[in-house]
Amino acid sequence: MSYPDVSFDERMSTVEFRVGERAHITVDSDVCRSCTTKDCVHACPAALFVPTTDGGILFNYDQCFECGTCYQVCNREGAITWTYPDGGDGVVFRRG
Amino acid sequence: MPDDVMTVDAVVVGAGPAGSAAALELARAGRDVVLVERGVFPGAKNVYGGVVYGRVLDEVVPQWWTEVPVQRWVTRRATMLMTPTQALTIDYRSDAWDRPPYNGMTTYRADFDSWLAGKAVAAGARLVTSTVATSLLRDPAGRIAGVRTDRPGGDIHAKVVIACDGANSFLAKEAGLLPRTDSAHTTLGVKETLALPREVIEDRFGLTGDQGLDIEMVGCTSGIPGGGFLYTCLDTVSVGVVVGLDGLAASKTRPEELIGILKAHPAIAPYLRGAELKEYSAHLIPEGGYRAMPRLATDGMLVAGDAAFMCLAAGLWLEGVNFAIGAGLAAGRTAAEAIAAGDTSAAGLAGYRRRLEANFVLSDHKRLRNAADIVLADRMQQEYPGLACDFVEQIFTVTNPKPKLGMAREFFRAVRLNKVRWRHLARDGWQAMRAFR
Repeated sequence: MSYPDVSFDERMSTVEFRVGERAHITVDSDVCRSCTTKDCVHACPAALFVPTTDGGILFNYDQCFECGTCYQVCNREGAITWTYPDGGDGVVFRRG
Repeated sequence: MPDDVMTVDAVVVGAGPAGSAAALELARAGRDVVLVERGVFPGAKNVYGGVVYGRVLDEVVPQWWTEVPVQRWVTRRATMLMTPTQALTIDYRSDAWDRPPYNGMTTYRADFDSWLAGKAVAAGARLVTSTVATSLLRDPAGRIAGVRTDRPGGDIHAKVVIACDGANSFLAKEAGLLPRTDSAHTTLGVKETLALPREVIEDRFGLTGDQGLDIEMVGCTSGIPGGGFLYTCLDTVSVGVVVGLDGLAASKTRPEELIGILKAHPAIAPYLRGAELKEYSAHLIPEGGYRAMPRLATDGMLVAGDAAFMCLAAGLWLEGVNFAIGAGLAAGRTAAEAIAAGDTSAAGLAGYRRRLEANFVLSDHKRLRNAADIVLADRMQQEYPGLACDFVEQIFTVTNPKPKLGMAREFFRAVRLNKVRWRHLARDGWQAMRAFR
């Protein structure tokens, strides 16, 4: 299955984001340390969840699609605090 | 927005198809309605999977096809059953879909949703963009009485709130109508919009002028319950997959890898040769249908569109925008009547559900309430596409000097080859007949 595809960074660079000052999603890494599956890491279509060496999760909200996959697949209550970005901030789909 | 308290008849949250339709009907009824949208423009947060079925727009504007921001009219509709190396396609085209009132269209949601919101504004609704409705307001008796927004002094008091705030509907969740999460009934759609010259699209897909193609696929998601899609716009082709959240999580596969696998499929790759990625997008889809729907009315509030799980994901029929518009129109009309009658309690708003039961929105959902389960069942995803492909391959493979086996024996062979159990086939066939009758 070799398909000459764009890199992930190039893929994300096709999407317009108006990055707000407030992190609309926060992750409590202490809770994540007890999670063995870390489904958010694979399921997030923007690949915003990165596991750290100490078993936690590093999260970057800049390029978030605001889809909701992460909190839906998360099986640890309180690990992901999810809100919409402030009005006008966040993803702007042109060809959705 | 002024800093003093804003009081209106109705506030509609979300200027997607449901919200704009609801605001339109309230404005037409002479009601003071505010339409709150968190994106910089309507449609900025929205993604769809290929076709908008426009007939419901007859209730929005006569001869809507003369002005709707269409990309292509779908004249060719295909369903493809796939294995990694095979594809069985049922491909239908019709001239009837190439003239008013048409059947389906492709569009960009940024254009379509903005156009529909414009209809509400023209009728007198006030559209407020770049504004998030962060929570519900309640009166001293505890009934819903408006929304708080993220603007300073941005409370909007209203007799009715219509929650059209999409697949994650935090307002319906706050009202206790939806669970916080429902991953078993929710899918993730990821899509690539790829640029190709217009003539190339027309040549590759056998289209002329503004004719369009939509392909829906099963068996292309590496065994994860879901499907794929491909549709044409004027000078782009969009291709993507839709996968159940639980299956996606368990698979440890990344969503964009699934698009990559689909794009590399021998039946799809030639269509996309040389195409350049213009936009990658992702969105949740509430696919649970009738059985996953929340209560649609509570004291002071109605729910419509994705927020009410109104996407119809029933195999042959994959529709959502039309259901959102149909529900939004009904919600707006019901709210206008309830406001006029002075009763916006759950009882006063009960006409909403009756309206939906009388038209296609709840009739179709009720009729097809078991279809989603069948389409997303493991065997439908993992065994039956291979069975169908092998059966057809055997029939069309000429094995001279061996004579033809005959249809029945070829089918038996395909069943055996794919390790399909007869009792499963019988049970699934029976259930499918019941679900789609």
